[in-house]
Amino acid sequence: MDSDIKMRAERVNFFYGSSQALKNVNLNVFKNKVTALIGPSGCGKSTFIRLFNRMNELVVNTRLTGKIYIDSQDINLPCIDAVDIRRRVGMVFQKPNPFPKSIFDNIAYGLRVNGIKDKDFIEEKVIQTLKKAALWDEVKCRLNESALGLSGGQQQRLCIARCLAVETEVILFDEPCASLDPISTAKIEELILELKKDYTIVIVTHNMQQAARVSDYTGFFLLGELIEFGKTKEIFTAPKDKKTEDYITGRFG
Amino acid sequence: MIQSTKRNISQNIGFAVLFLCILTTLFFLGTIIYFIFTRGLQVISWEFLTQPPRNAMTEGGVAPVIIGTLYLTLGSMIFAVPLGLACAIYICEYSPKSIALNIIRISINNLAGVPSVVFGLFGLAVFVNFLGFGVSILSGSLTLGILALPLIISASQEALVAVPHSIREASLSLGASKWETIKRIVLPTALPGILTGVILSIGRVAGETAPILFTAAAFYKRGYPKSIFTEVMALPYHIYALMTEGTHPDRQRAIAYGCSLILLFMVLLISGVAIYIRQRQRSYHG
Repeated sequence: MDSDIKMRAERVNFFYGSSQALKNVNLNVFKNKVTALIGPSGCGKSTFIRLFNRMNELVVNTRLTGKIYIDSQDINLPCIDAVDIRRRVGMVFQKPNPFPKSIFDNIAYGLRVNGIKDKDFIEEKVIQTLKKAALWDEVKCRLNESALGLSGGQQQRLCIARCLAVETEVILFDEPCASLDPISTAKIEELILELKKDYTIVIVTHNMQQAARVSDYTGFFLLGELIEFGKTKEIFTAPKDKKTEDYITGRFG
Repeated sequence: MIQSTKRNISQNIGFAVLFLCILTTLFFLGTIIYFIFTRGLQVISWEFLTQPPRNAMTEGGVAPVIIGTLYLTLGSMIFAVPLGLACAIYICEYSPKSIALNIIRISINNLAGVPSVVFGLFGLAVFVNFLGFGVSILSGSLTLGILALPLIISASQEALVAVPHSIREASLSLGASKWETIKRIVLPTALPGILTGVILSIGRVAGETAPILFTAAAFYKRGYPKSIFTEVMALPYHIYALMTEGTHPDRQRAIAYGCSLILLFMVLLISGVAIYIRQRQRSYHG
């Protein structure tokens, strides 16, 4: 396997009960690149990224066929613990979902569950990740206040920071800006571009401008199928498939 | 125009009726409180609170009775809170959805509807006789605990179910195991709701007479309880005893009202503490 490939989906089919959500999807996610997945609602893109951190297995009555690899390792082997996969592949959700704890504890949580007890280390790490997530200046005086008092955009950056603290290798963004205003969105996008240096990023988005702005690669999903995948520039300027063209020019979706 | 005045009138009548209903309820509440206060307050004194009864319970205080109720309530909670919480966690978080689970749920709800005197008989048969704990604080606490169990389980279940799925996912996505997620995220978030259940059951347990009638309560016992295997005086039963037995009904009645007042205050105090904890948690959890 190409060493630039961080994650890989091979002939993936996914079922919720009897309805098929993903149909024979093959896709490579490249290391230190941003991969955007676009497509209309219900096309399976969120379901797809949740395969990479095995979140779909929390949903009852689902079935997966095909293989998911991270660094050439099949992550669905019985000997592999989903908890270990999730420590390597972090996720930022559609709606900001901070814990009902203090800002500090939100970040420290990931460290604590990973067995770190050293208080100084935790404190240093919290500060460091808050700075990295461009949130430090806004919250440095209120680290012990509830995270629920933050604005939506701040909460989402806190969720990103929470993810960074665990030192994952990959971050999955599931429509991270869906509930945010344009200014908060811009901040998150800036952050994604910044994080690209250290992380492999996959972002699901409804916003095609956003995909064009932040991503290096883009995949277009329609009704559970990956219609087209390629360099973002090519997808947006010279799509090979008629359906992709129709979607990005806004003819449907 | 006419239409709208008509509607206004019927609306005003509606509000008036509702207001009247509230007033009636408040009237009864007020009367109860007034009644107990005016009759109970005259016997309340430092001596009443700190001295044991004297002279065939017509003089002296009710300190051992208060202590007895405290022991029984505390004992029942020590038993029922961990067990009820564990049941609720298992039912909500771990057990697979099945017919058996539904039967368990229905059974627990039915348990809540069982008359308390039946619990008393059950306690007599199982704890007092079969297990040989005798008429004791232990038997009484366990019986009251079983009475409180369904209340605590259903309140905890509701609180656990109300914890948003999104923060569970967040925790799991950070590499926390299911148990860590429950322990560190789900339980603290559900705590205010769980405490509400505990508050309600404390109120219920402290005032129950029937379950302790055959399992723990003594009509009169000299001194303070020395171990959990001794029988004990308790406020609700003491009130009952004072009103139905003895030789000086008048003096005993006054003491009974005093006991009622104390019982009322104890429940209020315990509830107050729990409400305070709950509020503090809530303000933090938003």
